[in-house]
Amino acid sequence: MKARIVIDRELCKECHLCVQVCKKSLIRTTTELNSKGYHPVACMENEDCTGCTLCAISCPEVAIEVYRER
Amino acid sequence: MKKVFSRPRSLKSTPFHYCAGCGHSIIHRVICEVIDELGIRGNTIGVPPAGCAVVAYNYFDVDMLEAPHGRGCAVATGIKRTLPDRVVFSYQGDGDLAAIGTAETFHAANRGENITVLFINNAVYGMTGGQMAPTTLLGQTSTTSPPGRNAILDGHPIRMSEILANLEGTAYIERVAVNSAQNILRAKKAVKKAFQYQIDGAGFNMIEVLSQCPTNWKMNTVDACRWVDEVMSKTFPIGVIKDTGKGRKDAD
Repeated sequence: MKARIVIDRELCKECHLCVQVCKKSLIRTTTELNSKGYHPVACMENEDCTGCTLCAISCPEVAIEVYRER
Repeated sequence: MKKVFSRPRSLKSTPFHYCAGCGHSIIHRVICEVIDELGIRGNTIGVPPAGCAVVAYNYFDVDMLEAPHGRGCAVATGIKRTLPDRVVFSYQGDGDLAAIGTAETFHAANRGENITVLFINNAVYGMTGGQMAPTTLLGQTSTTSPPGRNAILDGHPIRMSEILANLEGTAYIERVAVNSAQNILRAKKAVKKAFQYQIDGAGFNMIEVLSQCPTNWKMNTVDACRWVDEVMSKTFPIGVIKDTGKGRKDAD
């Protein structure tokens, strides 16, 4: 795994800007609820994330942290 | 693995009260990233406005002094003249800066006060429920212009950046947007340059940010971001409006 993102599901307000911006379509919508009543997004567990940080840059709630090798 | 993106240190961990997809929260983060990068956290004083961002002091981990509605530039002037070694920025919306506070903004710019103004333009009055603002586009519907803004009845949208660029006192004015990752990165560069110009004593500088307001535009977040590109930036073109080059060359 080259990179991964961590989404804070309590901060997510389901604006779905990260879903749109991910070039690899790795962020998906969910039907779970967080304590504010939003359906937070989740990241698919696989090897494709490159750690480009586009999702984190677009996230208005600063709910995404990005980790990358090197 | 190394952490390559996380919450800037100057941004408190308080969750934002803004609506989903709001541009304010993105701009808050961008300003905090710039404050961190320039290492001016202990040296910065912000002036929050009246409007949606009225409680901006809950989010910025820097000193802040709330201004009465529209008087951000006047308050920032006072702070800067008393404490000239501090970096002072005023954060104002379009109702705040272009309507009730036009006089304060105009004269602060004309005097060339060495402050930075972040002008958040979302083309409506956000907090009070989406009424028509001075910056509302022609034909745009709002709660007080249901058939769309009419130039004969309501006048034309005000381009504050272009107006202020004509004044001698202004050093740097740029219009940016935060509707895409690319534009957010450009906005960050512009904000950093504006702060650097202030540190270098260049004079009045302002960054106008076209900010999406999905709630009052009655759109989903993705359509709102597209609307900024396709409609709003036709009336408010993105780009550098004035750059006197008085700041250091490495500000770029």
